[in-house]
Amino acid sequence: MAAIVSIRNLSKRFGSAQVLTGVSLDVEEGEVVCVIGPSGAGKSTLIRCINLLEDFDKSGEIFVDGIEVRKGRQLAAVRAEVGMVFQSFNLFPHLTVQDNIALAPERVRGLSVEEARARARRLLDRVGLAAHADKYPGQLSGGQQQRVAIARALAMEPRVLLFDEPTSALDPEMVGEVLEVMKGLAGSGVTMIVVTHEMGFARQVADRVIFMDGGQVVETGTPQQVFDAPREQRTRSFLNAIIRH
Amino acid sequence: MSFAETFLNLDVLRNSFPLLLSGLGVTARLGLVSIAAGLVLGLFVALARIYSVQPFRLLARIYIDIFRSVPLLVLLIVVYYALPFVGLRLSPFMSAACALTLVSGAYAAEIFRAGIEAIPRGQFEASQALGLSYRHMMTDVILPQAIRIVIPPLTNNCINVIKDTALASVVAMPDLLKQATQAQALEANPTPLIVAALMYVAILWPLVLLVGRLERRFRQGGS
Ligand SMILES: Nc1ncnc2c1ncn2[C@@H]1O[C@H](COP(=O)(O)OP(=O)(O)O)[C@@H](O)[C@H]1O
Ligand SMILES: [Mg+2]
Repeated sequence: MAAIVSIRNLSKRFGSAQVLTGVSLDVEEGEVVCVIGPSGAGKSTLIRCINLLEDFDKSGEIFVDGIEVRKGRQLAAVRAEVGMVFQSFNLFPHLTVQDNIALAPERVRGLSVEEARARARRLLDRVGLAAHADKYPGQLSGGQQQRVAIARALAMEPRVLLFDEPTSALDPEMVGEVLEVMKGLAGSGVTMIVVTHEMGFARQVADRVIFMDGGQVVETGTPQQVFDAPREQRTRSFLNAIIRH
Repeated sequence: MSFAETFLNLDVLRNSFPLLLSGLGVTARLGLVSIAAGLVLGLFVALARIYSVQPFRLLARIYIDIFRSVPLLVLLIVVYYALPFVGLRLSPFMSAACALTLVSGAYAAEIFRAGIEAIPRGQFEASQALGLSYRHMMTDVILPQAIRIVIPPLTNNCINVIKDTALASVVAMPDLLKQATQAQALEANPTPLIVAALMYVAILWPLVLLVGRLERRFRQGGS
């Protein structure tokens, strides 16, 4: 199968700090990859390089669906194919829920207002928020806002969806509803790269788990391999620390 | 002469009222033109200051700093009395409008910059991640939010511009203040000046009240 996302020898520094060192990763169509690791490991930076929210060293390359991710004319095309869900939702507070979702399909995909709104309502139905189309983001709970953000990303019909700790900013009682939506997506064949601290979710949903530490991919494998029989000492101590809290 | 006959003399008022009204018209036109042009100029300078490449960014900064520090009266005199020496002769109205626009544009640019920079980074990132073009990011996401932030300080800027139009009387503009001082000299009575002052207050007081209301509403975080 062809890789939808192909990352080759990715390195990145912030000033003098080396944040990513020679990371390579292929993600195939329909695959769900969960990225775990301690805070500061470079997980966010890695997925933010995929749609060039962060620039990276010239030595590395990233391809999305065969298109190189670089500054220039094709960047908007790449970004249109890569959906992103942020830890802090980043919904547009001045637009209704429906218009949050309809905006990019209208502006980037060229849908008419009616088509875009119809798509928005279909997706709101899919994330269980059909009744909230005309509300503003500020009127929704955190869990509801994050579900809207997922619908907004889906509305572009991206080839791959990136999640950066989508449940970390939520009150505990709202984590479940968001994870449920994500499980549904994973089950329907959406390609997903998910940075998460929800080990139960990773174990249940991931095709592959990647453990990062110190800007490198330390270990990668199926959830069973990584969680039940980690080969690397660093993976083991991270998992132990999590289990003990 | 009684106090009322001196400061609010109805005969004098009747004689000078048409002049005062025409002065008020000139003041209003000058103010509106300078405010509108200053807003457009300020928006583009702010965008250049934040987003453009280096030489333009520096130019935007220098423009903002210079025109916020030069006294308007000096600028007005330079434009009207000095530019003709290099062959640039503007009418009094154009001179005054240029000077007012240059200064209000510099203030507006700083206000827009502060407004745009107050928008959280996540709003830019979400727009970019969706593939929105720079233009759509600004017109659909960033500016509609920034407008709410900048309306109170921009209204303040409008008040200042309208007040500053009074300085245009030094370049022989027949504005409200000029007409009032002329009428006062003609009638040998201060009534026209008092009425002109009341007219300024009548225009500006509603704006002052509006700023207060907008600021209160913005602080409560309403939409
Ligand atoms: N904008 C930035 N400027 C400087 N350093 C940064 C920036 N963003 C992240 N870093 C640093 O890069 C490292 C990796 O960050 P990040 O990718 O956010 O890690 P993670 O998501 O795994 O917690 C951290 O040490 C962090 O301090
Ligand atoms: Mg992170």
